[in-house]
Amino acid sequence: MSEVREKVDVCVVGAGHAGCEAALACARLGLETVIFTVSIDSIAMMPCNPNVGGTSKGHLVREIDALGGEMGKNIDKTFIQSKMLNRSKGPAVHSLRAQADKAEYSRAMRKVLENQEHLTIKQAEVCELLTEDYGISVSEGSRKEDRSDSGLAARKITGVKTFTGTIYECKAVILCTGTYLKARCLCGEAITYTGPNGLQPANHLTDSLLSLGVEMRRFKTGTPARMDKRSIDFTKMEEQFGDERIVPFSFSTNPEDVQIDQASCWLTYTNEKTHEIIRANLDRSPIYAGIIEGTGPRYCPSIEDKVVKFADKKRHQVFIEPEGLHTNEMYVGGMSSSLPEDVQLAMYRTVPGLENCKIVRNAYAIEYDCINPRQLYPSLEFKNIKGLFSGGQFNGSSGYEEAAAQGLIAGINAALSILGKEPVILDRSQAYIGVLIDDLVTKENFEPYRMMTSRAEYRLLLRQDNADLRLRRIGHEVGLVSDQLYEATIRKKKAIDQEIERLKNTVIGAARENQEFLTAHGSAALKTGTNLAELMCRPELSYEILSEIDPKRKPFPNDVVEQVEIEIKYEGYIERQLRQVEQYKKMERKRIPPELDYNDVSSLRLEARQKLIAYKPVSVGQASRISGVSPADISVLLVYLEHWKQEGNQ
Amino acid sequence: MKTDTIAAIATAMSDSGIGIIRVSGDDAIDIVDKIYRNVKRQRVLSEYKSHTIHYGLIVKDDESVLDEVMVSVMKKPKSYTREDTVEINCHGGVLMMREILSAVAASGARIAEPGEFTKRAFLNGRIDLAKAEAVMDIIHAKNEFALQSSVQQLKGSVSDKIKGLREEILYEIAFIESALDDPEHISLDGYHSRLSAKTDSIIQELNQLLDSADNGRMLKEGIHTVIVGKPNAGKSSLLNRLMGEERAIVTEVAGTTRDTLEETISLDGITLNMIDTAGIRDTEDLVEKIGVEKAKSITKDADLILYVVDSSVNLDESDRQIIKMIQDKNVIILLNKSDLNEVVSEEKLYQMIHTVSGQPFIKNGKVIKTSTKEESGISVLTELIKDMFFHGKISYNDEVYITSIRHKEAIRDAVNSMLQVRISLERNMPEDFYSIDLMSAYASLGTIIGEEVGEDLINEIFSKFCMGK
Repeated sequence: MSEVREKVDVCVVGAGHAGCEAALACARLGLETVIFTVSIDSIAMMPCNPNVGGTSKGHLVREIDALGGEMGKNIDKTFIQSKMLNRSKGPAVHSLRAQADKAEYSRAMRKVLENQEHLTIKQAEVCELLTEDYGISVSEGSRKEDRSDSGLAARKITGVKTFTGTIYECKAVILCTGTYLKARCLCGEAITYTGPNGLQPANHLTDSLLSLGVEMRRFKTGTPARMDKRSIDFTKMEEQFGDERIVPFSFSTNPEDVQIDQASCWLTYTNEKTHEIIRANLDRSPIYAGIIEGTGPRYCPSIEDKVVKFADKKRHQVFIEPEGLHTNEMYVGGMSSSLPEDVQLAMYRTVPGLENCKIVRNAYAIEYDCINPRQLYPSLEFKNIKGLFSGGQFNGSSGYEEAAAQGLIAGINAALSILGKEPVILDRSQAYIGVLIDDLVTKENFEPYRMMTSRAEYRLLLRQDNADLRLRRIGHEVGLVSDQLYEATIRKKKAIDQEIERLKNTVIGAARENQEFLTAHGSAALKTGTNLAELMCRPELSYEILSEIDPKRKPFPNDVVEQVEIEIKYEGYIERQLRQVEQYKKMERKRIPPELDYNDVSSLRLEARQKLIAYKPVSVGQASRISGVSPADISVLLVYLEHWKQEGNQ
Repeated sequence: MKTDTIAAIATAMSDSGIGIIRVSGDDAIDIVDKIYRNVKRQRVLSEYKSHTIHYGLIVKDDESVLDEVMVSVMKKPKSYTREDTVEINCHGGVLMMREILSAVAASGARIAEPGEFTKRAFLNGRIDLAKAEAVMDIIHAKNEFALQSSVQQLKGSVSDKIKGLREEILYEIAFIESALDDPEHISLDGYHSRLSAKTDSIIQELNQLLDSADNGRMLKEGIHTVIVGKPNAGKSSLLNRLMGEERAIVTEVAGTTRDTLEETISLDGITLNMIDTAGIRDTEDLVEKIGVEKAKSITKDADLILYVVDSSVNLDESDRQIIKMIQDKNVIILLNKSDLNEVVSEEKLYQMIHTVSGQPFIKNGKVIKTSTKEESGISVLTELIKDMFFHGKISYNDEVYITSIRHKEAIRDAVNSMLQVRISLERNMPEDFYSIDLMSAYASLGTIIGEEVGEDLINEIFSKFCMGK
């Protein structure tokens, strides 16, 4: 029997949100890429909530877009409602969230993939990773001569093998297996060994990973039921509308193109009756009965968890959201559950408006294999296997946006590695993506990781409104952002800077008309002369209001005005964060050579040494964020590194 | 690249004569310039040439003089750390060095970590490679010690207070952050006024802590002072007099103070950590025996011993034992009950000392007459203690003073962060701005009790607030 052998550059395993970004990035950088999926119909599928964005996740989508990813453009094409959350709060926490038409989102992404040059879609289950020896040979104690890097990898990727026996030789593999690895779904006592939505799981790859020495773990997540729209009484619920003026996700989408007629969502509440039913049936929940071994996420607790942990809360919110324009399925946000079907039905039917509801798909919990991401470099390449990258839920995260962000970075870095270039590593002061990946590879995560604004310590700088100004340059350098787009960003930056400069230099005297203007806007009169920028810092005044006393002003597009306003109004706070960033960067720039042996650093405390050996941080900054490594250990490490350098090591 | 500026006392804290405060880093000169004046009261430090030394004054905020000093300026790279370095040579009293270090810290320097000057010297290529190992060991050992002492020296009540404040602050941050992360579930309506009140109360409590740090009430610090003497010699009465209140049980029955009593008192800014021991004598009473044994062991570690002698009763074997125990120590001998008929004169005491030690007097000893009943001699005693202290005759664990400055600095940082919260509140800034400074306050206070921020916030959010989906 002759086997099929193909030769490509990159194999992407999985075509969810991470896989799509990874594959597109590689193909767009000119590398021959194959993307594998167990079902072509599930490309960019949204098996849980029907939206993209939300607090901090909206930031991720903006950053993906600025770097040249696809998610923002795709949701702009397929959303059915859009809202800027937290609009009444500071600019750093404004977050865009759009309801997606799930089927359309998936179809649109598939179309992009199908039409991407250098990209092939293949429906097949990848069962095995093929590798060869690379690096330090134990017997000889020396490195392979053809080795171009100084990494830690002992093996190197050469290809993958599918269930049908076909071998794809390649230089890099990107694993984006989502929740499919050895997946099982639980709905009360009913257990099925399937991936999300009853799709075929991937049962073989875990063994291949284990045999390569990869450390696996098991996580769990869940999703609520879907209802038939016709069985819901919306008159008992509050209607939730989208924004009047819609802001697109992508910096390259023309805002005029997204002003559509929007679908509505609906708000209702659970009540004591609901909670009683849940409490009475807790013993039938697989989690509380101990059937589920995986660790679930605290940030999207099942309704069982909410009722148990927050027993004093009399009601919980329930959002009823459309799954698309061409379906009657409605998503029941806030009530994910793994209780048995009969309990689900009884519980949902206590909620106002859902008294006669018909469940189209039951709520279920899903368990799956994933990795402990501390095995990865911040480039998302495995430390011990050259050419193996990974992204998404496989890395222990949760959420479409978190997945897409990692997929993009894994894709970019797989491509750059093949092209012999330095990887793109965003740090915590550059992007939410940087925070996400740093947290994953540095901190101990015991549950699926979700992005949160509170995780970003420099969030005043990492706003969704300035993602283009922060990251377009990097996307352009990588080759995913066109010259044209990048030049537009440079022009925007220039306009912002010049306008701020002008406002700071435009003197406003204490003349009578100025005083009258201030009084009219409830603002204190001037005692001495000032400038427009100073006036803009007053809470009651804004750029727009000040136009009255600023006759020389030229018209600027909204996005420029927005930046000018934020940078002036919050200048003091932004400067303080910039100073913190300066301190932070110092430690980030101190690289730790991968071959450093922590056993040689005698004065480290035992716990610190063990952690450092386990995590192998790339910089002193990263080392300092590992729990169990104290400031004194860092001092010791710094001295040792200096010693090392002076002794002529590299 | 800019390095932050560090400061520390470079001489031993117990030394008399000259004390040196060393300041190193890019802003060293600017920072000292804020508090240094030449004789004409001018700010001129930045004009001095490298490697020159100048006479001048260190001044407080209100330009009043703190101390006369000699200041030397060494510009990089020709200094120990190869950074700009200023050394302030001041009068060697512990209090003065501490105040000047505190002033330097208030002007923008950070109190150096243990071993940090040496670390910088090494990192800047000043020290040769052979010393690298030693440097690492020093950092390791000193940090372990500093961390330990920092937490241990904190009084239980203070540490509880700080923990309580941190919990309050964390709750507020978690509330704000939950609302920001899940605006559809958690509302911030009316939060502004609640946080306003909270901020004011936290600032007030922090300021109280700052006051107690100033008065030395925060740490179990001070001169380790032990009161010894035979039963009923008047030890407890002495303690009471010094404290100005009846604390120890004073009775006519010998041996009432069964165990040791511990009190912290402040004599014009000098903190004494007073330990009153059970009367020392051979005793059959087992309970009292424990007290006596303890007294002996405590005496060993004492910085200063107050030996109370009942001058109305003859010296005996017990006094002989006491003198034996304390002959190498800093001792003040109080011939107490001077209001009664004097049986023990100074000569008789010296005779006893001579027979016990072979010396005519105790080397570091002084003798005074007191009456704790009539309070005579008490002021002489306090003057004597102060005198010994300022002349550096009493040495003690200096780490505690550094710790206390560090703590003060941390509380001050926390106060500043909370004031920033108040400014943000007054300016009606959006809620997310509050949590930035609340977090800084939380982190600053954490350094005092040796706790890092880590995942505290995320855990608090999930445990206190019911989040979405």
